[in-house]
Amino acid sequence: MSLTLDQVHRIAHLARIEVDETEARRTLGQLNGIFGLIETMQAVDTQGVEPMAHAQDLAQRLRPDCVTENDQLAWRSAFQAIAPEAEAGLYLVPKVIE
Amino acid sequence: MKHWEVVIGIETHVQLSTASKIFSGSSTAFGSAPNLQANAVDIALPGVLPVLNRAAVECAIRFGLAVGGEVAARSVFARKNYFYPDLPKGYQISQYELPVVCGGSLPIQCGENEKLISLTRAHLEEDAGKSLHEGLGPTAQGRSGIDLNRAGTPLLEIVSEPDMRSAAEAVAYARALHALVRWIGICDGNMQEGSFRCDANVSVRPAGEVRLGTRREIKNLNSFRFLQQAIDYEVQWQIATIEDGGSIEQSTVLFDPASGETRAMRSKEDAHDYRYFPDPDLLPLIVDRQWVEQVRAELPELPAARRARLIADCGLSAYDAGVLTASLDLANYYEATLATAGKENAKICANWVMVDLAARLNREDREIGQSPVSATQLGGLIARIADGTISTSMARKVFDELCNSGHTSSADEIIARQGLQQISDDSALTALIDDLLAANPGMVAEFRSGKEKAFNALVGQVMKATRGQANPQRVSELLRRRLG
Amino acid sequence: MIEHSLADIAQALANRRISSVELTALYLDRIARHDPQLNAFITVDPERSLAQARAADERLARGDTQPLTGIPIAHKDIFCARDWLTTCGSKMLGNFVSPYDATVISRFQQAGAVLLGKTNMDEFAMGSSTETSFHGPTANPWALDRVPGGSSGGSAAAVAARLAPAATGTDTGGSIRQPAALCNLSGMKPTYGVVSRYGMIAFASSLDQAGPLARSAADCALLLNCMAGFDERDSTSLDRPREDFARELTATTADRPLAGLRIGLPEQFFGEGCSPEVMHLVEAAIAEYRQLGAETVPVSLPSMSLSVAAYYVIAPAEASSNLARFDGVRYGYRAPAYDDLTDMYCKTRAQGFGAEVKRRILIGTYVLSHGYYDAYYLQAQRIRRLIADDFAEAFRQCDVVLGPTSPSTAFRLGEKAADPVQMYLSDIYTIAVNLAGLPAISIPCGFAGGLPAGLQLIGNYFTEARLLNVAHRYQQVTDWHRQCPPGHA
Repeated sequence: MSLTLDQVHRIAHLARIEVDETEARRTLGQLNGIFGLIETMQAVDTQGVEPMAHAQDLAQRLRPDCVTENDQLAWRSAFQAIAPEAEAGLYLVPKVIE
Repeated sequence: MKHWEVVIGIETHVQLSTASKIFSGSSTAFGSAPNLQANAVDIALPGVLPVLNRAAVECAIRFGLAVGGEVAARSVFARKNYFYPDLPKGYQISQYELPVVCGGSLPIQCGENEKLISLTRAHLEEDAGKSLHEGLGPTAQGRSGIDLNRAGTPLLEIVSEPDMRSAAEAVAYARALHALVRWIGICDGNMQEGSFRCDANVSVRPAGEVRLGTRREIKNLNSFRFLQQAIDYEVQWQIATIEDGGSIEQSTVLFDPASGETRAMRSKEDAHDYRYFPDPDLLPLIVDRQWVEQVRAELPELPAARRARLIADCGLSAYDAGVLTASLDLANYYEATLATAGKENAKICANWVMVDLAARLNREDREIGQSPVSATQLGGLIARIADGTISTSMARKVFDELCNSGHTSSADEIIARQGLQQISDDSALTALIDDLLAANPGMVAEFRSGKEKAFNALVGQVMKATRGQANPQRVSELLRRRLG
Repeated sequence: MIEHSLADIAQALANRRISSVELTALYLDRIARHDPQLNAFITVDPERSLAQARAADERLARGDTQPLTGIPIAHKDIFCARDWLTTCGSKMLGNFVSPYDATVISRFQQAGAVLLGKTNMDEFAMGSSTETSFHGPTANPWALDRVPGGSSGGSAAAVAARLAPAATGTDTGGSIRQPAALCNLSGMKPTYGVVSRYGMIAFASSLDQAGPLARSAADCALLLNCMAGFDERDSTSLDRPREDFARELTATTADRPLAGLRIGLPEQFFGEGCSPEVMHLVEAAIAEYRQLGAETVPVSLPSMSLSVAAYYVIAPAEASSNLARFDGVRYGYRAPAYDDLTDMYCKTRAQGFGAEVKRRILIGTYVLSHGYYDAYYLQAQRIRRLIADDFAEAFRQCDVVLGPTSPSTAFRLGEKAADPVQMYLSDIYTIAVNLAGLPAISIPCGFAGGLPAGLQLIGNYFTEARLLNVAHRYQQVTDWHRQCPPGHA
């Protein structure tokens, strides 16, 4: 199979990455090359094989319900010192339209 | 004119009453200044990782058992991917293919009818932060502010089957669910603070049609009144649209309480493609039977069972039993009054709790937990009504005294202190009646000529003479005997 | 001093033959002199490093020492280090000064090691050559026109050029082992879950694992002793009893110290795809192992040929989601001009990410998208299971699997940069190990045309100590690992 230019634009938008027409065309060629490699998987019959999502077959560990944070004012200052735009403790973004 | 059937399913986001967040050690307390309860994990710094809160899982188990659902031995956390500024990781950790609870049902009371609403599932997930659009500083014009304090608060999303057929049923379902999650102690139920939020999936179809119509999802309804209003509006809008030859497009809508209307959301313009996949940072959640049984053992008697018991053991009506089991606190209060007043007085107790006490609480805007009268005090008062020590009207005075006493006095103390006991000594009453009859020959004559009104006036005279302390029933009996 | 083992350096520090400040200054000086040609470091901060060295010297004076106290260590720029610039090789984090320490970093701090600097890497660890770094490529100290491998190429080049005694790296598909092979180092990827991932910027969460890059297996063991351990902040961290990974590296006088060891030789490692000169060196190493007493047995990993395909579905899928947090809202790069929120996201991410990262995000977004999930993502996960099963079967017949680490020696800068598929295939021998979650080590096994080649040893889960011993015995009888790039002695 191969991707279409429309699909490249669609996934780029889903991933919130701006691509112009030239980039999209170049990307299309590269992705099709990579999917050529990936397609080799499709020949394998994997019926009945349990998908493996983790490298280890273990159960999730559970944390006791304890509040571990203190000095939050200092932490917030440290966190927001590296924010592109923050004011009065809030992160600022272009207006959100619901 | 065609008949339309309304079909409603509800998804409810229930904030779980844990101290810390579902995947981090931040506090979940409501109302702190912006971003003070957002740690490195909550703001999704590069490299941070989630670890699951045991208490959140236990809440889910408790709910699963309470609705008779199946608590999954193995469930999986998945990532729901989308970009939104209040979603710091760019994905929400939720459960998708394998939720922690499957199935179950919830009985609802709609008017006189009981109906069982089936549940599809309940799954654990994290709440998002909040976007603030107003009240920002002058330099923040045209911006939204992001507060991540709520981000990571544990949620149980409870999904019902499309079993409801009217806004009234939808509200009854939401009320029953609200009562249940508070009853079993997994949610504080504070709707103003967003602890319990409903999304209603609404569609209409011609009566008799089997296939479902296209639904629209009304998001984020945080009061029962809004739920009712939003569905009412949505239903008439959908019917009008179809009858005008239009069709319904599947979409997400918001309810505007000011206008009472629903409108399509503008922001989610692109096709939803959440690209769910198992979260590689979290391993499968394994809940063993032993844990489930332990939670089951700690579960309080559930509202339906309590209701049935009150009807069977105490002879309450279904209506009374329903009202008295609206919350665990109320039901426990009621049963505590019974413990003092005696089960034989269940009906009087019910009336006092549902009428007099409820009115008082309502007037003072208090919850049952903050009642000015303890259940023991009220039970003591009711016992004195039942054994005839005081009249009902006297009892109201004593009740007011109890309310003002700050839990210090008993009904008996107030009755004794103020000399409010009924005069039940027949000889004293008979003497009083004889004096009265002698002094009012005119009224006696009226009575004898058949005017029942005159009899009541005589009773009133006796009551007045005793400052209300006579038992009116006894007075009537003695008076009739005298006059007969 | 720069040729000493970590244990010898520790001895010298303990005996006060050298101070941590002197040692740190020595390496800082080497960095100042050699790094302009190599570009192995993204951040060096002599003052801070020397301050840490002074603190270490005080600890040494008090006798409050651990094996790494006072030893300068370079860290891959993927590890968040408090108050240090932590860029992950990306413009997206070009200004990101971390407010917190990764668990790996705090473990080194607690041990009293000195943070010598943050090393260059492929952007977000996506690459096999360190050419995708926003900070420019790193050169291979063995040949400046060649790549050091990747993605931990900066760490590898730094240790190989003796600009650091040892370094950390991370390995998602070979990112420790392949640069170790290309730079003549020993580099280990531990069993998944042995080293905490907390604070290590995620590429593909179910595959990422941190590990050491050093000049010998014995040095790797000391570093791993510091790095490994349970961390309650990482749900995939394994709660296991503490172990000494150097415990099997004891001196021996035995002629055949590896007698009884069964080395599995998978046919898939010895077919086409590997350059003849690398294969020749690997075969010589096998002969050496037979001399040491090991026996070799043929094994098969039939699904291994699919590992690259499965990897290039699973890793991009996880990455596409892991990298969604880089949105210009809370930290890192934000585009200077945009129309609205969506445009801010799209421009920030278009400008902040480099070409390879964007390519992988797009692949990952596609394979997870509606209608393709089953055919790609689930199929890849099933193949992952088959690959893990292959190894399980192989380990019924042998103790250690052996093969080449990389199919070739270091390639030229730019040689594969334009062809992603060729670049991806340079990881054919390393990727399966990550998919299965197994430990593996790459060690030097000789030179072809003046360029080093690597030998890969793969063990069953939690057999790091044995793997290190198997590597160590080879290093007791060979001196490939002692070779230093010309001009760096």
